[in-house]
Amino acid sequence: MGAQLRVYKRRIRSVTATKKITKAMEMIAASRIVKAQRQVAASTPYASELTRAVTAVATGSNTKHALTTEVENPVRAAVLLVTSDRGLAGGYSSNAIKAADKLTERLRSEGKDVVTYIIGRKGVAYYGFRERPVAESWTGFTDSPTYADAKKVAGPLIDAVQLDTAEGGVDELHIVFTEFVSMMTQSPVEKRLLPLSLEATDEDEEAGKGKILPLFEFEPSAEDVLDALLPRYVESRIYNALLQSAASEHAARRRAMKSATDNAGELIKSLSRLANAARQAEITQEISEIVGGSSALADANAGSD
Amino acid sequence: MAAELHVELVAADRSVWSGEATLVIARTTSGDIGVMPGHQPLLGVLESGPVTIKTADGNVVAAVHGGFISFADDKLSLLAEVAELADEIDVQRAERALERAKAEADAHAERRADVRLRSVTGVH
Repeated sequence: MGAQLRVYKRRIRSVTATKKITKAMEMIAASRIVKAQRQVAASTPYASELTRAVTAVATGSNTKHALTTEVENPVRAAVLLVTSDRGLAGGYSSNAIKAADKLTERLRSEGKDVVTYIIGRKGVAYYGFRERPVAESWTGFTDSPTYADAKKVAGPLIDAVQLDTAEGGVDELHIVFTEFVSMMTQSPVEKRLLPLSLEATDEDEEAGKGKILPLFEFEPSAEDVLDALLPRYVESRIYNALLQSAASEHAARRRAMKSATDNAGELIKSLSRLANAARQAEITQEISEIVGGSSALADANAGSD
Repeated sequence: MAAELHVELVAADRSVWSGEATLVIARTTSGDIGVMPGHQPLLGVLESGPVTIKTADGNVVAAVHGGFISFADDKLSLLAEVAELADEIDVQRAERALERAKAEADAHAERRADVRLRSVTGVH
């Protein structure tokens, strides 16, 4: 075999192996999207009931609560950024990071200090490389987050919100995650979790629009209910964001791996064309060598006669 | 037939039980509360404890660990971070957990295991 042909054969073999790997990753991601979507759907009843309850307290009582009232001059805002632990998901993590950068810039221009919290190894690496300060970070569960993970994340955030601003507490809590719109579309979004804006709850509570909320009796009291309700609300919101991000991550990875598989297929095709041409050239050369050799032999024999 | 109220028992990651009931008994931080159809709108904080849902064809008991009860328009929702129906509870596992919690003096875990067991036996 000629050297040229051998090189092509070797490259085809290596690209075929890569294609097998990306194909497998694509299939795994595709099966996980379905699972992640199911989880999103399973968590919806809790989230919507909780939103209903929060709306009821927020509109049905005149209670002022640290988590619902807007501070006149907010000086510090927390941003929670959700990225992935693993790469090979196209622009998934970098899009979320970009959205967080934009949000951070906007908050800074409004004169607020920004404290960053990060979920996912990719985000941590990005901030670590640029030596940007990160208040706290969590890794290891972005593939399939559980409610316990959301609780773990929400704890320090709620503590930070409840702390006085002078002692390092934050006035606002924003979250940046990737919304799962459809299998083909996932877009990074930023939402303000706290303080609650009633527009946001109205939007979430579409089922109840146009209806007047009934006057609730609170057990034991409106303040206590709010105290207990709001952390759960934040947790469930973070849980929902984590689940959506997980679904988006798998969808992004599936798409990235699909195009990698397609590209590998094309590469194999063009490499086999080149390999065929090289083989053909080799054959042609051999033939012409044989013909040339035999005619030289014939000439020599004719000369000796 | 007696009037009925619609009950949704949901945990953070799934919907545990839903259906019609005539009476729901749950434990709030200020004591046990029974909700029947036509009750005044209510929003309360739940203690971890067993919740009894009386339906036309028998009782449904669930162990609920923290959460809320909210009732309006004859619709009752029980929101819990963790909720299990009595049928789903693994008694042996709960007993083991109870012993372990007692040994480690973990009051929280002990209470959880205790609630599970009491939900199964129906004593509360």
